[in-house]
Amino acid sequence: MHASSKTTNTHADISAYPSHWKRPPVFIQRAWLRWAIGLAALLWFVLALGTIEVNWTRVAEGLERGWRFIKGFLTPDFTTRWSDISKGLIESLTMTLTSTVVGVLLSVPVGIGAARNVAPKAVYYVCRSIIAVSRSLQEIIIAILFVTMFGFGPFAGFLTLSFATIGFMAKLLAEDIEDIDEKQSEAIRATGASWLQLINYGVQPQVMPRLIGLSLYRLDINFRESAVIGIVGAGGIGATLNTAIDRYEFDSAGAILIIIIAVVMVAEYSSGYVRRWAQ
Amino acid sequence: MLSVSNVSKTYAAGDKALDDVSFTIPSGQVVGLIGPSGAGKSTLIRCVNRLVEPSSGTITLGDTPITGLSAGELRAVRRRIGMIFQEYALVERLTVMENVLSGRLGYVSFWRSLLRRYPSTDVQKAYALLDRVGLIDHASKRADALSGGQRQRVGIARALEQDPELLLIDEPTASLDPKTSRQIMRLLIEICNERQLPAIINIHDVVLARQFTERIIGLQAGRIVFDGPPSELNETVLTKIYGEEDWTTLDNESEAA
Repeated sequence: MHASSKTTNTHADISAYPSHWKRPPVFIQRAWLRWAIGLAALLWFVLALGTIEVNWTRVAEGLERGWRFIKGFLTPDFTTRWSDISKGLIESLTMTLTSTVVGVLLSVPVGIGAARNVAPKAVYYVCRSIIAVSRSLQEIIIAILFVTMFGFGPFAGFLTLSFATIGFMAKLLAEDIEDIDEKQSEAIRATGASWLQLINYGVQPQVMPRLIGLSLYRLDINFRESAVIGIVGAGGIGATLNTAIDRYEFDSAGAILIIIIAVVMVAEYSSGYVRRWAQ
Repeated sequence: MLSVSNVSKTYAAGDKALDDVSFTIPSGQVVGLIGPSGAGKSTLIRCVNRLVEPSSGTITLGDTPITGLSAGELRAVRRRIGMIFQEYALVERLTVMENVLSGRLGYVSFWRSLLRRYPSTDVQKAYALLDRVGLIDHASKRADALSGGQRQRVGIARALEQDPELLLIDEPTASLDPKTSRQIMRLLIEICNERQLPAIINIHDVVLARQFTERIIGLQAGRIVFDGPPSELNETVLTKIYGEEDWTTLDNESEAA
């Protein structure tokens, strides 16, 4: 109390200061331009919405089919097509594991090469290009390409997922390497260490926990992706799911979806556990 | 013996960090390098092992010219120069033993270092050094499990594991409390005396520099403005190095110490 009354006394003319403060506009200074852009965007949205044709009879049919699908999901049938389902599941799991291991192994040299602080300029640009190509193509597009090249089946899926893993892992690994504590690696360089020794002693211990975490994360992404690329012919549980839906066997499709969800959940929880342990 | 002659360093941005610096250090001499932040202390010691590339001038360790070496020759010289860092710069996720053994990286092959199969003499030396700095029981702990003072001791053991002919010591006490700082400084001086090792110690703390070193070099804006024994470091000199300030308390403090 005492302190505040003293403050008031020393600044007796506080009423002379403005009593309002308004946050200045951050992006666009001119008020009319701000409004014009907002209105134009709104108009565009309304017009675009108007061009989407809605066929209400098809919506009604679709809803009915959707309802049958939900009923199938609620009464999943694991038994009728069990041999197909188990074959697809094993194919998917094999594809997931092999492509993750191969992808991670290949992404390590690419990732090191794409880290500005440890790689020479020329190598850096080559590795960044590999990452850019791998990341710019969506899995489904690569899968279609590999299925066309090598035919239907899990081999195309394996190649697709390995290729996609390289881009994903190498990019995140390179970023992690660029963020290391340079003091630790400087100390290793000062001992007269070679470049390989610098990577092994100065860089690897700093990025290892993240590399393990990302690999496990990629393992679950690859399992989910294996279900998606199966639809375009790259084998696995996705192919089984596609067949079930084509035959209107929604109860088998429901069973497959439940299995996919269960596997992803198991992967999610166990990878979280391993990541905490790897710290 | 280390000799530095006419070394200048201009960074890419155009800042002149070092301007025609020359001095020699005979074996066994411990030199305190003082000066305000940004005077070029850190740049100077990093020029000696070429973690920073000097723009001009020559540096010679014994008979080896350090400036102008190829990458392979530079590695061979670096292993002769031990370096100790401000915030210890240990590899935090490696064990104390691995950190000490990393001092041998310039001597062993990549495969030996990858598999941690160092020659038995290297391992014995590492144990002996850990014993010398009082950490032999901590060999298998991870470096990030140690306290600041203990980490700096590991840093010292790592530098000595190299069998260096010169120590470069960058602000060894800046992250430590006053008591630990004095213990670390005393340990460094003892070790340099035992091994007749020349050393350059970058140090912020003028009192510590006076107390522990036999020669002081004062750096100001990249130039040497003082080079002499601690006894000559008076108010006039301090003002020349750091600028105008009331230095009387500092004088009393170091007389008391």
